[in-house]
Amino acid sequence: MAVTAVPGMVGGRQPLPWMRKLEDERWLAFTLLLPTAILLGLFIAYPFVEGIFLALSDARVGDPGHFVGLKNFAKLWDDSIFWTSVWNTFWYTAVTTVFKLALGLWLAMLLNRHFRGKAIVRAFILLPFIIPTVLSTFAWKWMFDPTFSVINWTLFNLGFIKARINWLGDPSLAMTSIIVVNIWRGVPFFAISLLAGLQTISPELNEAAAIDGARPWARFWLITWPLLLPVTMVVMLFSVIQTFADFQLVYVMTGGGPANATHLFATYAYQIGIGTGLLSQGAAVSLAMFPFLFLIVVIQLLYIRRVEVR
Amino acid sequence: MLKPKRRSVIKLAGSAAAVASTGMAGILASGRTPAYAQQKTVHWLRWVDFVPASDQLWRKELVPQAEKELGMKINIETVNGNDLQPRTTAAIQSGSGPDLIMAFNNTTYIYANSVVDLTDLAEDLSKREGGIFKYCRSFCSDGKIFMSMPWAVPGAMISYRKSWLEEAGATNGFPKTWQEYRTVGKKLKAAGHPIGQTLGHTFGDAPTFTYPYMWSWGGKEVEQDGKTVAINSKETIESVKFMTDFWKEAHDEGALAWDDTNNNRAFLSGTISATLNGASIYIEASRKPDTYQTEKGKPMKDDIQHSPLPAGPAGQFGMHLMQSTMLMKYSKNQDAAKQFLKWVHTEKNYEKWFLSQKGYSTPCTAKWEEHPLWKQDPVMAPFKVAARLGQAPGFAGLPNQKAAEALSKYIVTDMYAKAVQGMPAEESVKWAESELKKIYSA
Repeated sequence: MAVTAVPGMVGGRQPLPWMRKLEDERWLAFTLLLPTAILLGLFIAYPFVEGIFLALSDARVGDPGHFVGLKNFAKLWDDSIFWTSVWNTFWYTAVTTVFKLALGLWLAMLLNRHFRGKAIVRAFILLPFIIPTVLSTFAWKWMFDPTFSVINWTLFNLGFIKARINWLGDPSLAMTSIIVVNIWRGVPFFAISLLAGLQTISPELNEAAAIDGARPWARFWLITWPLLLPVTMVVMLFSVIQTFADFQLVYVMTGGGPANATHLFATYAYQIGIGTGLLSQGAAVSLAMFPFLFLIVVIQLLYIRRVEVR
Repeated sequence: MLKPKRRSVIKLAGSAAAVASTGMAGILASGRTPAYAQQKTVHWLRWVDFVPASDQLWRKELVPQAEKELGMKINIETVNGNDLQPRTTAAIQSGSGPDLIMAFNNTTYIYANSVVDLTDLAEDLSKREGGIFKYCRSFCSDGKIFMSMPWAVPGAMISYRKSWLEEAGATNGFPKTWQEYRTVGKKLKAAGHPIGQTLGHTFGDAPTFTYPYMWSWGGKEVEQDGKTVAINSKETIESVKFMTDFWKEAHDEGALAWDDTNNNRAFLSGTISATLNGASIYIEASRKPDTYQTEKGKPMKDDIQHSPLPAGPAGQFGMHLMQSTMLMKYSKNQDAAKQFLKWVHTEKNYEKWFLSQKGYSTPCTAKWEEHPLWKQDPVMAPFKVAARLGQAPGFAGLPNQKAAEALSKYIVTDMYAKAVQGMPAEESVKWAESELKKIYSA
């Protein structure tokens, strides 16, 4: 029997004119992207632009201020605490990233092996990452407490030290302490992400190499590492961005002290902008982070592309 | 099971029917919200009191009483003192938040554009209670308006262990000069219980030590004109040099980054022998005499005494945390908030709170100096005059917005902290000078 399609009868209704428009791929793409674009515009682009305006004004709390050009940035140029924060942020990001990568990779390699209770161990590894940062950092703050430090107590009772170690009161030790906590918190992210990457590498490649007489170290460098590199780079990119803009950890542990020795961009911006109420100067500190971060991200993205092309 | 009463059901149905019959149109036409939604709520943000009994008193007794008497709802919220400024900034910028906010010291000047003038309330209090002390007035009033309502002054005195200081040679009471204190402190540290003093970024114990310490040597932030930065002087450099040695010889070096709670814990655990603090250590030790004991097994409270900071070549000074209450301009409940402020400042209500403080806080008006509380415990007696004798930051100028900015940035405190960490005295003073110039020349 021949069936004749009656226009407008399919599904009982005629499609609305705007629905027809969606049949055009360009309109469809536009419509689908719109919600994301609105969200990004509202929560990323708007505050960013607002931040730029703020940084170019002399606004302070309760006073919208006037346009002052680059005066705030000129002030920063002469601000020794700002330069300490710049150095600290780079040092903090570089050291923690290297350690997080090395330890994370090591952990991932171990977790990639078969052993009893593998699932439980994997779940436990994630704990530092799951616990809210403020909570775990408070625990660490207690462990580094100048008077009641459990670390000092242990070292003292084991006979390793004679006097208390001034973990958070000495500038370089305070920096080391926050670096240690950041590494502790960040290793699980590296480990689990790299583990996922490792599982995509076919075991046959390793087996073939082993049969050919390649030792474990050679197998790692010549097979695992190159194949894992794209994942590693993406994980590092995320981590660098997060670490560079870190706030909670330093704020809770040292508040940027002693005497501003552990300030990062974000904590210093907060201290000036929100603490002291000099919103424009705080915004300038915060914005000063952008070119550095932008450069790091561009270099990394270019490198990722090169790795992928290869 | 709770059974609804017939009358309440009828009432509820009646009011529901009223809204239903006139509907949104009726509400809009009258231009008023329905009567049952009109109860005012006042949100009050304060610090977490170092005397926990006072926070309890607010929550359990005073707030419910005020709610009943004033017919309004009062939300009391307490945060760590160090978080008050960030909360205030965020609230002002977003145009919403607590109606009443506690301010410390001269931060009132930072928020001057965003607060309601409270001159009527403050002057009324002043008239009723024998005058507001000059020290307190200088923080709350810029001469034109009262930016906040003076609340109280938790005095800063040195809490010390009598027996340990006597053992270290302080047999005639607490050392009178910095030099004497250093000599005694040296012995205290050698005996394993040093002096504990923070030089960290914390609202109370750090600036209330570093500012008066600097003044006592003759150092000052600015000249009397309030413009010329004067910190880089022979006197300040001398004070920094002395502090550097004093720190190494007599202080717990781990205290550099302490906050306002660390020294309380260190003192109560018997780690340090003396520290500049409010009376909270003594009050806590008195509250739990069985928990806090000396090495001889006696209650620690009986071994604690208070003293003002020692004198330097230029005299003896004190700076005490000044607390006041700001009524925010963005508040939609300004009348209710004012009403509540008036209520808490009536003598019988304020007295309940004052008594719960046991002398930890000194009120800002003269009348309270006569209160029998000050005669109850001689250990607390030195705190009686805190609000009368303090000197405000920004000296020799006014404690204005610039002085408040310098205080909020902990410049004077950092000057000493940098030096004890190894920076030459001249350099750290120069650093402070350049930071202050940035503020005072803007």
